[in-house]
Amino acid sequence: MGQITAEDFQVIDNCLLIRLPEEIDHHGAGFICENADRHLVKEEVCNVVFDFENTRFMDSSGIGIIMGRYRKISCFGGRVYAIHADRQIQRILKVSGLNKIVEVL
Amino acid sequence: MKNEMEILFDAISDNEGFARVAVAAFVSHLDPTLEEISDIKTAVSEAVTNCIIHGYENLYGYGRPGEIPASQRAVNPGKVQIACLLEEGVLHIRVTDWGKGIENVEQAMEPLFTTKPQLERSGMGFAFMEAFMDDLEVESTPGQGTTVRMKKKMGLGGWIGGEE
Repeated sequence: MGQITAEDFQVIDNCLLIRLPEEIDHHGAGFICENADRHLVKEEVCNVVFDFENTRFMDSSGIGIIMGRYRKISCFGGRVYAIHADRQIQRILKVSGLNKIVEVL
Repeated sequence: MKNEMEILFDAISDNEGFARVAVAAFVSHLDPTLEEISDIKTAVSEAVTNCIIHGYENLYGYGRPGEIPASQRAVNPGKVQIACLLEEGVLHIRVTDWGKGIENVEQAMEPLFTTKPQLERSGMGFAFMEAFMDDLEVESTPGQGTTVRMKKKMGLGGWIGGEE
């Protein structure tokens, strides 16, 4: 199963781009949160972009990841984006109501 | 036609992927749609994750090693059981743990409610099971464990897709 590494976190201008793994569940969520937060503190980025290109599965742990990052950056005017989300991922975002705070591109 | 299976595994987060793939594989001969498979995998993943982090409080695996107290790093022994029954095109899934149980099932099922906000979980577990399956029942006795029963009618994939 495709695990993600430190290289999947990239800072481009004022955005943190996170290339998400094939499957997002509770098991791998901690690593993503921990690394994302480290970048958010260190690099002074204001927006977070979640790239779902490789992602085929996500459960509510993924919602937790996105909600947590949103809470951290929204008070400074930051935004959260989702790119390359396939139909299944878009459904999950919709059912959770997250499509109201995440811009799906 | 009736078809049954049962699996029993350790309540550790490494097994979450295994559990949902096992159930998805069990129904694969019905030629389910991508949506059905995705729904089932999500629901199973939610139920099993609940057993692991709430039932047995095995929080290790959830990263953040520096912040997890030593008491939580130890793996609590415990098993999760999944039983599936396919009958007349309906998939019945039963997920059981023998962990600490739920004091207030109704409250636990409320969207966004979570007893572990520090884990940055969304509190959407039961809401997802309800949304992606056709029927959900939760039975729990504090101190003894929890059983989640879910049902899904197979072969309706196009119906959901057509709604959008």
